Amino acid sequence: MTQAGHVPGAGTPAASAAERARRDMLRDARITARDGVRPRIGADALCEAILLQGSDTIWGYPGGVILPLYDVLVDHPELRHILVRHEQAASHAADGYARASGNVGVCLGTSGPGATNLVTGIGTAMLDSVPLVVITGNVPNALIGKDAFQEIDITGITLPMTKHNYLVRSADEIPHVIAEAFHLARSGRPGPVHVDITKDALMGQTTATHPSAAEVEAGLPGYKPKLDGHPRQIKLLAEAIAGAKRPVILAGHGVLIARAERELLELARAAQIPITWTLLGIGVIDETDPLAYGYMGMHGWKHVNRAIQSADLLIGIGMRFDDRVTGNVRTYAPKAKIVHIDIDPAEIGKNVVADLPIVGDAKHVLDALLPLVTKVDPTTRVDYFAELATWRTESEASSWHGSGGFRDGVLSADFVVERVAAGSNFDANLTADVGQNQMWVARYGGFRRANSHLSSGGLGTMGFALPAAMGAAVAVPGKVSWAIAGDGGFQMTLQELATIVQERIPVKIALMDNKKLGMIRQWQEIVYGGNYHSEELAGPDYLKLCEAYGLPAWKVSKPEEVDAAVTAALAADGPALIWFEIAERQNVYPMMPAGKGLSDLIDKWGDDGEDITEGDGGPRVDPMDPTSGGAK
Amino acid sequence: MTPATPTTARSLPGSGEERRHLIVAIVNNKPGVLNRVASLMRARNFNIESLAVSVTERSDTSRMTLTIVGDEVHVEQAAKQLYKLIDVLKVQDVTDESIVEHEFALIKVRATKRTRPEIVSVAEMHRSKVVDLGDEAVIVEAVGEPTEIDTLVELLREFGIKELVRTGSVVMSRGSGSIEEQVKR
Repeated sequence: MTQAGHVPGAGTPAASAAERARRDMLRDARITARDGVRPRIGADALCEAILLQGSDTIWGYPGGVILPLYDVLVDHPELRHILVRHEQAASHAADGYARASGNVGVCLGTSGPGATNLVTGIGTAMLDSVPLVVITGNVPNALIGKDAFQEIDITGITLPMTKHNYLVRSADEIPHVIAEAFHLARSGRPGPVHVDITKDALMGQTTATHPSAAEVEAGLPGYKPKLDGHPRQIKLLAEAIAGAKRPVILAGHGVLIARAERELLELARAAQIPITWTLLGIGVIDETDPLAYGYMGMHGWKHVNRAIQSADLLIGIGMRFDDRVTGNVRTYAPKAKIVHIDIDPAEIGKNVVADLPIVGDAKHVLDALLPLVTKVDPTTRVDYFAELATWRTESEASSWHGSGGFRDGVLSADFVVERVAAGSNFDANLTADVGQNQMWVARYGGFRRANSHLSSGGLGTMGFALPAAMGAAVAVPGKVSWAIAGDGGFQMTLQELATIVQERIPVKIALMDNKKLGMIRQWQEIVYGGNYHSEELAGPDYLKLCEAYGLPAWKVSKPEEVDAAVTAALAADGPALIWFEIAERQNVYPMMPAGKGLSDLIDKWGDDGEDITEGDGGPRVDPMDPTSGGAK
Repeated sequence: MTPATPTTARSLPGSGEERRHLIVAIVNNKPGVLNRVASLMRARNFNIESLAVSVTERSDTSRMTLTIVGDEVHVEQAAKQLYKLIDVLKVQDVTDESIVEHEFALIKVRATKRTRPEIVSVAEMHRSKVVDLGDEAVIVEAVGEPTEIDTLVELLREFGIKELVRTGSVVMSRGSGSIEEQVKR
């Protein structure tokens, strides 16, 4: 297995050290505790197993049946436990930790409600192929199935949304199950693995040893991820590339998971192919690179969708042609031959028919492909790239991006996102919530680095930004982590302000407050004929809120104030928040209406700007103003 | 600029021609595996027509035989999704292979003194046998291809069927090949 992860490859000095640590972990089945020596129990084995896998952070929340673990955490000081305010945030934080670092994230909750609160984060990780190990406590063995206090069939609940799950009833099983869970979570197509452990298993004494990586793999005969693509198919791909006049690369999350950004760029350079990316593929290439063409799909750049629609060869790598990417499949890239490279065979032929399917890990396939690729002289593609450049200029000029960022002093969201990103030289981790803010981040974040864009793509989970940014900040302490949240999503998980203050996690928050559920409002305007309902969103005075929680905050409502506030927030020691009062009625354009194709984009950029100047005649309620029917 | 109007629409995956497929899966013989398979089929919108499960020659594996109706891509998706389950060791669509496909049925038929000999002879003509003989009912045991059992059931229906149970198909490939031996361990 060459899958990236903490566990070093066999034969290396690091692997030998890990192996020694594995043997030492047993410590004669006795734990040196604060007050003497005590027998080793299942909870100790759990801590050891997590540490052995290279994870040193658990995001969790205690409760009745998981207390045996909290009872021994003090004896495993290498393991940092971060107490969140709600288990959903624990799962998103572990997710952000995993996305930002490429390592497995670990979260923890008790039985019953603790476990069900983790479910949204598990689903988020499943849809986006994020490696998580989710641990829950369960009631004692004898009470299982008795509707005991805080008992729920949580493995039944997580079964369809995990890569695999376990119910552990004895302490002796813990070392093997945890090692297996980490292996499954991070290898092949990554995903969340849930381990439900009964109280008896946590408390039982055990001498069980930790398995080696080889022992774990040997115990999984039904699990053999296919990493290498078929040589014949790869040869055919090289031929297809050589014959293509208008090739386009569609790069997805799989490229980042496989850490194949360098190989991707080599391919693009050798064969002179523009790279486009999916939402989760953002960061596969430095966006300032000449071969970086842009973000595709429903709210993608018009020039990118145009290039896809006119392509003769689409090379999809580590992406799944989902409905937000293709729109109506029947009108998708009508002249293109489709190459589909993915590690998951079930993705091939699921959404589109692949003319050339290749099952394998992106890095392995690209490594095998590169020597076969005929180098293309850039001069032979001059016309193609000139046309692409024209399209890009048109589509960018009709967007506010780069055009001063505002009209008549109105604070536009794209301008804010760009300035926030620019404040850290486009090197910060940006997490997004879901809705308009997510699309603004995707379009205007200007990403230059892999794994610096964290967004709930598949499940589309509001409330993701703040907890995911906590995870990213802890995983990658050397980088700034911004949570870019709308006022809707922020109000779903803002209780975590207490966590970042207590734990001194230096998350910077850009609150994009349009006092609306912006994407709901946009759909109601465009798709539902202006029949607005439940899109006006009152919120608190966020300056007072931050004062109450104890973190510095700034309020910005004019474009000229943005840079100074960003600088101040970055200079603040620890967490900080900027309350951006953005235009209330700005829409995300272009937009592909549901059921339509990539050539049917609605694009209002460049008109008289009515979308930002409240020209659509919707209800006028100021959520902060009681006299207008807003806050009471 | 290249014209954007498509000359022909891109075809969607699958021919749309539905038929019955037979899928054999070798799985770990562990608690919950049947639930994983059933849950997957439900979540992915595959409709199981019949499902037969039993232990194999090895006590650590079970064999499932599923019949699913769908077009080739739909059924291939089902097989691929099944493969993603960690406890599934081998999946094979044997529909177009040379196989023996048999099903087992018990049929409780309403009987009187007058009709009883007639029921017995219908059963015997169809390689079935009567396994319980009562005053008011007989139980016919049938083994054979599903279509043979369909025929028998139709014939017995005129006497009145009180109860019917069928196991669903189990299949085995003809010749020396063995799906169980193909399981990589």
